[in-house]
Amino acid sequence: MAEFRLPPNSRITKGKHFPAAAASGNVRRFVVYRYDPSTGENPRMDTYEIDMDACGPMVLDALIKIKNEIDPTLTFRRSCREGICGSCAMNVDGRNTLACTAPADSIKGDVKIYPLPHMGVVKDLVPDLTNFYAQYASIKPWLQTRTPAPPDQERLQSKEDQELIDEPAACILCACCSTSCPSYWWNSDRYLGPAALLAAYRWLVDSRDEATGERLDDLEDPFRLYRCHTIMNCTNTCPKNLNPAKAIAETKKMLAERRH
Amino acid sequence: MSLRSPLSRVLGSGSAREGTEHWWMQRVTAIALLILGPWFLVSFAGLDNYDRVELVAWVGNPANTVMLLLASLTLAWHSMLGIQIIIEDYIHGPGLKVVSLILNKFAHVFLSAAAVLAILKVALGGSL
Repeated sequence: MAEFRLPPNSRITKGKHFPAAAASGNVRRFVVYRYDPSTGENPRMDTYEIDMDACGPMVLDALIKIKNEIDPTLTFRRSCREGICGSCAMNVDGRNTLACTAPADSIKGDVKIYPLPHMGVVKDLVPDLTNFYAQYASIKPWLQTRTPAPPDQERLQSKEDQELIDEPAACILCACCSTSCPSYWWNSDRYLGPAALLAAYRWLVDSRDEATGERLDDLEDPFRLYRCHTIMNCTNTCPKNLNPAKAIAETKKMLAERRH
Repeated sequence: MSLRSPLSRVLGSGSAREGTEHWWMQRVTAIALLILGPWFLVSFAGLDNYDRVELVAWVGNPANTVMLLLASLTLAWHSMLGIQIIIEDYIHGPGLKVVSLILNKFAHVFLSAAAVLAILKVALGGSL
């Protein structure tokens, strides 16, 4: 059955408090999920007070400041700090987003930061994305053709055809969408989730690809595709403003149309 | 412990190559219910006394009999499809899941049969 309470070793306890220096003025409180499986302790919420006058504007800036100046044990992923690598995806103020493009001043009150929901936690804000990446690999995210490539040029595509893949190809695989989806929470072992389905759609509508039928065959499954119940959390949360829900709906439409 | 690769676990037993029929019929029955539901509400609200004589006459009107049969069967079908989805979403143990899926089918077929019998019995004046 579905579980409605966290397992005993996942229940969150009260954590440590790191007050700001007495003189600082513009103080925000960052309440951050901490978990280290090597200690055997339950997760806890640590509170860090940051002087925002001495900190960059984004949530990631605050996390980096905490790690550099207050608590070097805090663990999180980050790389590009400009919303293109997808590494710093986490749950900020109840919403999955990229910490590097989330301004702290857009959040009221304490800034609460958790790892992406309903994933195994490697440490602190680092979720285990093994299954997520395997799902992406399973949809064969590469061009499949039977026609040999022209010997002297690339495979051509019209401007209109290119526009079809512009948006789905802009996905950075941050996993915000999949981990916001209740269907993915309950059935991530069999449901591919919005990110992998958006990637699949990107190849379904690629005018150069010649495996559309096989791709649809592989998706046509009560769990892989049809666990999507059009909840729309994916589209709502996408930090790149993409629309995985529409891509999934279009995929279902393609499957219906090839039968009639 | 299993040393299967993550990709092998995701690929599992492969695609079932179905689900589209279920998805399509859920929408077709939904469209039908958008017609049958309002018909029922309007037609039933249009009655005067709601006494036995009037209700028997209402069910016995051939157009109403047909619409009532369609509404009952379509509703049961739509409900069966929807509850199957809920079971597949939330029940993961292999034994309980299969039992639930079978009971879901049985219950809806039983309710359909009972509804058809009830409507026909009233409509045909108890001659069944």
